[in-house]
Amino acid sequence: MKKYLPHIIFAGLCVVPLMNLSSYIMHILILVLMWSVIGMAWNILGGYTGQVSFGHAAFFGFGAYTAGILYYHLEISAWWGIPACVVILTALSLVVGYICLRLRGAYFALATLALGEICRVTTENLVDLTQGNMGIMIRERTWIDKTWYFYIILFIAAGTFLLIKIVMESKLGYYFVAIREDQDAAESLGIDTTFYKTISLCLSGVLTGIAGAFFMNYMGYIDPGVVFPLYDISITTVMVVMVGGAATYWGPVVGAVIMVFLAEEIRSLPYIGAAHMTIFGVILILIILFVPNGIVGDYKKLLKPFKRKKEASS
Amino acid sequence: MSLIEVKNVSKQFGGLAALTDVSFVLNKDEILGLIGPNGAGKTTMFNVINGFYRPTKGDVLLNGKRVSNLRPHVLCKLGVARTFQVVRPLQRMSTLDNVIASAFIRTKSKAEAEKVSLEVLQFTGLSDDINVLSKGLPLGKRKRLEIARALATRPEIILLDEAFAGLNPTEINEQIEIVQKIRTEKGITILIIEHHMKVIMAVSDRIVVLNYGQKIAEGTPSEIGHNPVVIEAYLGEEQSA
Repeated sequence: MKKYLPHIIFAGLCVVPLMNLSSYIMHILILVLMWSVIGMAWNILGGYTGQVSFGHAAFFGFGAYTAGILYYHLEISAWWGIPACVVILTALSLVVGYICLRLRGAYFALATLALGEICRVTTENLVDLTQGNMGIMIRERTWIDKTWYFYIILFIAAGTFLLIKIVMESKLGYYFVAIREDQDAAESLGIDTTFYKTISLCLSGVLTGIAGAFFMNYMGYIDPGVVFPLYDISITTVMVVMVGGAATYWGPVVGAVIMVFLAEEIRSLPYIGAAHMTIFGVILILIILFVPNGIVGDYKKLLKPFKRKKEASS
Repeated sequence: MSLIEVKNVSKQFGGLAALTDVSFVLNKDEILGLIGPNGAGKTTMFNVINGFYRPTKGDVLLNGKRVSNLRPHVLCKLGVARTFQVVRPLQRMSTLDNVIASAFIRTKSKAEAEKVSLEVLQFTGLSDDINVLSKGLPLGKRKRLEIARALATRPEIILLDEAFAGLNPTEINEQIEIVQKIRTEKGITILIIEHHMKVIMAVSDRIVVLNYGQKIAEGTPSEIGHNPVVIEAYLGEEQSA
């Protein structure tokens, strides 16, 4: 039964647009799916490989601007941003990996934190290429209705989920977790840690970038403050995974559901709505104190990155 | 025939000389013991052979080829596996997953890696613990898991760093059996660091003694047992204590 859970959820989501939900609810669902993709992508690097990044806004923003610049300068559909992302974000990840992945632990986190900010400031100032703080706007959005956006992000999310599942049950997945648990031991067991950390970063970066390119198409407007911010993107990404459960398949999805709904709810509260970041901070502290493995992780009590087939079938 | 040749290796950390001009040879199919008082440079020697450190001076040769500038994972591919003095299991992975992760180096599919791993775990007597998370294993089993992981990479040479430390007498006897089986059944050459004199005398063919980073003696266990320099530097201390 549990084996078919992803299929059931996927099928359930497929019929959601037929239910004639309000445009606002569809918007929330699309955001949940988009955040699931970003969370799952971060989870590859931060959860499984153990390289905590505070700069995923860089990848998200690069993806969004790839789509935006293709539309604005080359005057082709911003949807080309999604395939273009694969190339651009791989290149970015290789550069970032070469510089940052030689650092460990907190130093890596700090380097990525700087990366996000560097990208934001650079984008603000490269006015010829990016329009700076004026941002890029798509004059005619592809669809007024949200149905197709929903299906597109649903398929991206399902594809990401499947890809991670395949990766984590292969040699790559074992290597990622080995690197997280003990980098020196992994190295002496014949794992080229630099190489596999770079692969992990590329996977994570490309998937985050795809979510960014989708965001450009869906929202129709981006500027550096929207796609490169430290709090709204980088930190929220970490929170999505921490709340849901790092290094679990469902953690980022559960985290995305909770975080998006919570953000909407808190923002609509009178008086304290503007302080939603403060409230998120309090939530993060509570999560770290009481459910350090996240909701999915501590529900299982044991953080088991690999489930043996025997157990799953019994 | 020499598998590993350590040639005039020196290693300095800042002004501190951890190893000074150490040379020795590890022959095929032998068990070579590396002993010395605390701080003599034994683990540093391992780290140099294994590729974690580059020697300040001198070379390490593997089958006649210079390997002193290669990284540990490359050496592992060339057939040099090691265990750590302070055991370093991949904690939040099960025992079996620990071994599978290291078996992947010479296997293509997961099924194949799993087969190799189960065989190695049986060899080291861990078959009953395959689904236990490795941080939950007692020390004796964790030491064996270290050996199992090293064996799963199908090495030609295995470097054992204090594989006996902290074990009780029963566990020591089991461990001695495993070490001897590694040579007789798998034909793997062993370089072993050990503090436990009874063990090292029992398992080694030859012994190299380090003191303050220098080689002070080399020979068969009985020669070493009677060498006055060694007794003064090392055994004597233990006898008087």
